[in-house]
Amino acid sequence: MLSRTEIAKPQVTKAFLSVERLTKRFTTPEGVVTALEDVSLEIPQGEFLAVIGPSGCGKSTLFNVIGGLVDGYDGKVTVTGDVVRGPHPAIGMVFQEESTFPWRTVVDNVAFPLEIAGIAKRERIERARHFIALVGLSGFERRYPAELSGGMRQRVAIARTLAFEPSILLMDEPFASLDEQTRLLLGEKVLQIQEQLRQTTLLITHNITEAVQLADRILVMTYRPGRVKRVVDIALPRPRTSDVVTSEAFGRYVAEIWNDLREEATRGMQEDEARARGGQGT
Amino acid sequence: MTMRARKARDLRPAALGLGALACALAAQEIVIRLGLVNRFIVPLPSEIGPAFVRIIVEEDVLGRFLMTAGEALAAGLLLALVGITSGIVLYRVNLLRRAYETWIAAFASAPIVLMYPLFLVIFGRNAMTIVMMGFAAALPPVILKTIEGLSATRRVHVNVGRAFKLTQRQLFTKILLPSALPTIFVGLRLGLIFALINIVGVEFLINFGGLGQLINDLAERYDLPGTYAAIGFVVLVSIVFFDVTERIERWLRPGS
Repeated sequence: MLSRTEIAKPQVTKAFLSVERLTKRFTTPEGVVTALEDVSLEIPQGEFLAVIGPSGCGKSTLFNVIGGLVDGYDGKVTVTGDVVRGPHPAIGMVFQEESTFPWRTVVDNVAFPLEIAGIAKRERIERARHFIALVGLSGFERRYPAELSGGMRQRVAIARTLAFEPSILLMDEPFASLDEQTRLLLGEKVLQIQEQLRQTTLLITHNITEAVQLADRILVMTYRPGRVKRVVDIALPRPRTSDVVTSEAFGRYVAEIWNDLREEATRGMQEDEARARGGQGT
Repeated sequence: MTMRARKARDLRPAALGLGALACALAAQEIVIRLGLVNRFIVPLPSEIGPAFVRIIVEEDVLGRFLMTAGEALAAGLLLALVGITSGIVLYRVNLLRRAYETWIAAFASAPIVLMYPLFLVIFGRNAMTIVMMGFAAALPPVILKTIEGLSATRRVHVNVGRAFKLTQRQLFTKILLPSALPTIFVGLRLGLIFALINIVGVEFLINFGGLGQLINDLAERYDLPGTYAAIGFVVLVSIVFFDVTERIERWLRPGS
């Protein structure tokens, strides 16, 4: 079994992420929409930051900008001072949609980034098995995604991103399509992995309990245009398990964040309804 | 489930297909014997069966089968090479796609087989004419399905590739192409069907080559059971190609 130090890329191990005064506008048939406005954040190495906000607050835009998949914005994204101008080698991305390759087995999916890096087959299979074990899918290496459940497929996607050995892990609502129980258990798995690998992690989510369960800090965003409304430090003890959701402190954090979010979510809902009514009228 | 039960379950689709064919033949036999269909137009299935053996012995069916299959194979290889390449180029170059896609779709419905005199003038009365006619008639579905397959690649798969910093070439070979393969193979199978119809049709029309010429000969001799048996061998060519393409697809893109 390979240890983290054996497989790490030395040039990126001290990476931390910084977003400075980020503004992103989209041109739509209805006019220019400001998705993000003046968003700044900093994530120290090893921290788990969750970004939470109502639908339409620009969370996924933030994910795509940090991941280097979107350009044409004001502001700056840096990883240890290195400006992000496209997909960055220190950043690994886990997407909201099911993203495993159906034509590859579990082990070939996970070994994919290693194959791209030109690593010899035997070595990449060995490394892939390590990450498959890490997400708790040992024994399923030769299965195809179609033979797995949604939660298992998302774990394959996480293992594939981990095999890329990023210093920063970006996750865009990775458990959105899963049921609540699977979501809690997968959250626990993510916590275990983060404890082990000490990766800097940014989780985009709209789920308050998920954010409180996993994060060290939670950044609450406003409804469109997405701005930073508030940052909440989560002082729950680590290592955490899914049992943390039963604690009194957990409930207090959830209530506190919901108070912040309720106003934004209500505003989002009212604006969506107004837009729909306006659209009907035209 | 026991091994034996699983094997029996696996055989069910084939048994159902063959059973349906047997029922259709039995129904045909009955309606002809009852005089509802003229037996001088449609022969009795019980006469077609022995005709298979007769034409194998008397009409060099194996040679003709191989010739038609060879022509279909040549047309198929040309289709794969030219059709898939053209589809890729049209997918890549939006201007070309917008300029030609509608024309190609329109070309798909053109009765190419009626152009056989032109092909005879260009290539002569030989197998090349037959192959080129099969190829020309079958090209549009292969091109169109290649474009469709590549365009339908899921955005998230492309984003995964971009996140892993794939080069354009890697993105194409590792993600776009495997993702599009099932649709490309639908196009190839459709193309092979079109090609085979045209190949047999032209063999029939120019009285040259394989099973099409045999069908022509037997029809002119008014050997209806033999004619239907020869058509059965054309169906066999189609089955062989369908099976082979399916195996190639499974080999190239497992897990689907």
